[in-house]
Amino acid sequence: MELIGLANYAIFLGILIGIYALLSLGLNIQWGFTGLFNAGIAGFFAIGAYTTAILTSPHLPGRVGGFEMPILVGWAGAMIVAGLIAWPIGKICLRFRSDYLAIATIGVAEIIRLAIRTEEWLTGGTRGITGIPRPFGDLPYVQSQLAYLVIVALAVLIVYLLVERQLHAPWGRMMRAIRDNEGAAAAMGKRIEARRLQAFIFGSTLMGLAGALFVHFNRSITPEAIDPMIATFLIWIMLILGGSGNNRGAILGAVVIWTIWSVSEILTDRLPTEMAIQAKYVRVFIIGLMLQLVLRFRPEGILPEERRTRTAPPG
Amino acid sequence: MTAIDFINFYIVPGLVLGSIYAVGAIGITMVFGILRFAHLAHGDLATMGAFFALAAVTLLGVDPWVALPVAMILAAALAVGLDRTFYDYLRDRPKILTVMASLGVALMVRAVIQVVWGTDPQTYQRGIVRPDNYFGILLRNRELYTLLAVVVIVVALETFLRKSKWGKAMRAMSDNPDLARLSGVDIRHVTVLTWAIVGALCAASGFFLGINTELHSMMGWHMLLPMFAAAILGGVGRVQGAVLGGFIVGLAEELSILVMPGPYKSATAFVILLAILLVRPRGLLNGKVL
Repeated sequence: MELIGLANYAIFLGILIGIYALLSLGLNIQWGFTGLFNAGIAGFFAIGAYTTAILTSPHLPGRVGGFEMPILVGWAGAMIVAGLIAWPIGKICLRFRSDYLAIATIGVAEIIRLAIRTEEWLTGGTRGITGIPRPFGDLPYVQSQLAYLVIVALAVLIVYLLVERQLHAPWGRMMRAIRDNEGAAAAMGKRIEARRLQAFIFGSTLMGLAGALFVHFNRSITPEAIDPMIATFLIWIMLILGGSGNNRGAILGAVVIWTIWSVSEILTDRLPTEMAIQAKYVRVFIIGLMLQLVLRFRPEGILPEERRTRTAPPG
Repeated sequence: MTAIDFINFYIVPGLVLGSIYAVGAIGITMVFGILRFAHLAHGDLATMGAFFALAAVTLLGVDPWVALPVAMILAAALAVGLDRTFYDYLRDRPKILTVMASLGVALMVRAVIQVVWGTDPQTYQRGIVRPDNYFGILLRNRELYTLLAVVVIVVALETFLRKSKWGKAMRAMSDNPDLARLSGVDIRHVTVLTWAIVGALCAASGFFLGINTELHSMMGWHMLLPMFAAAILGGVGRVQGAVLGGFIVGLAEELSILVMPGPYKSATAFVILLAILLVRPRGLLNGKVL
């Protein structure tokens, strides 16, 4: 019994790690390859989650949405809407240093949170949206969980391969050139702002996809489902610890940090209620401290970015 | 709605809120202008300052307004300490890493507040304060003191920056760091002094928000966006700009209720921020663009 519980927990953990790995990969495109500071990851995640929830959930009187569309349509919609939100923000802010993008994305996440809570006709307000379908959700519990783990793992694998391909293509080299020496890249005729905007939108669509995967796993979504600051910050520490600029590092960071975060939650939940609440904030403090330690002692992360300098072919 | 009602229900709260934002925005514009990065822990430092004052009130039993200078000194020391511990070693690396470190510091400072003081709203003094009537304009004492305190702070800071040797050094570093260093400005001292002033200003803005509303562990974080909008609206590096921006954002938030649904009040600052970045990124008073 104990063993089965443990296996179930491992599957559950694996699914969430996969979802965080997608977020971390999305951030890697923005920060790791391009140097863009997105402090509103949770906002794009929420947009993806709610978009697919509205598209695929069953109809409910008094609420627009509930179109009962196929799940894949929901996922595509989540990615498209997340990208559409990213576009104007990037358009306005990417002309300046990334500090401005950081502030603006904090704002976006806040506005999205406000809108989700307020626009009951669309999002169900604080009650949220329920009855969201899950692929293979009719199977018995364990099989259904396993099936979803396979789906998430496949999604991570596909995204990883696509991003790797893109990174090693001329596009990836161009992005890193822009990140490392903007002036030189501009002098070579690269359109800095347009390329940054591409990376920002591309990364945001992946965050939207992660949100979609989360909501179909959870089968419901409420505004309180994730704490925006803690979620955003966890993804940052995943990427920085794993190794920004390295996709395997981004995934490794998600595995390490989410395992620590999740297991430590189980431990602190066993404390008496009053201490458990305080312990939650102590964990947040430690995550914040961890970022400082990584920035100071191992800024390149566990798996540093590969710097391939190819020598010129002979002759 | 009569003119006097309009003043009492929209303009007075707007000015009080604006003066709170103004004090915070001055700090943001100083870090942005002199040290050249967006300090994302600014709001949570303001929360910490507000709770320092609460600690002085509960432990020493003093009047909140006596606790204010105590909180400002403690927050100044905290800001200098945070810089030494978490920002200073990143000095020669890309500035955006310091922005990231400050996001981590924001989370850490807030976690400490939540562990020590919990997450329930608190107040400096219990009871309802009736406003006094000044020729029809209703003002509570605390609102009057807040407005006066902001005037004192701005005048003192401006005098310091214009007249004193260190103030001039700070402005020199804001205008051109390389030139300032070549002219013999001690960057280390200017940095410490900047953080001390910024920390004290944070505490003041947090205290003013706390005494006019209530204290809450998220109060500062929610002020972050309006304060940044005010600093950028006024022009990065401009103290007068930050004050002007603060009042515009504060008034705009209170007046937004007239045209927008109430819950979106806090979206006003974001709209102002995007609009100014789109139309005039240098801000109203021609500040810097980083």
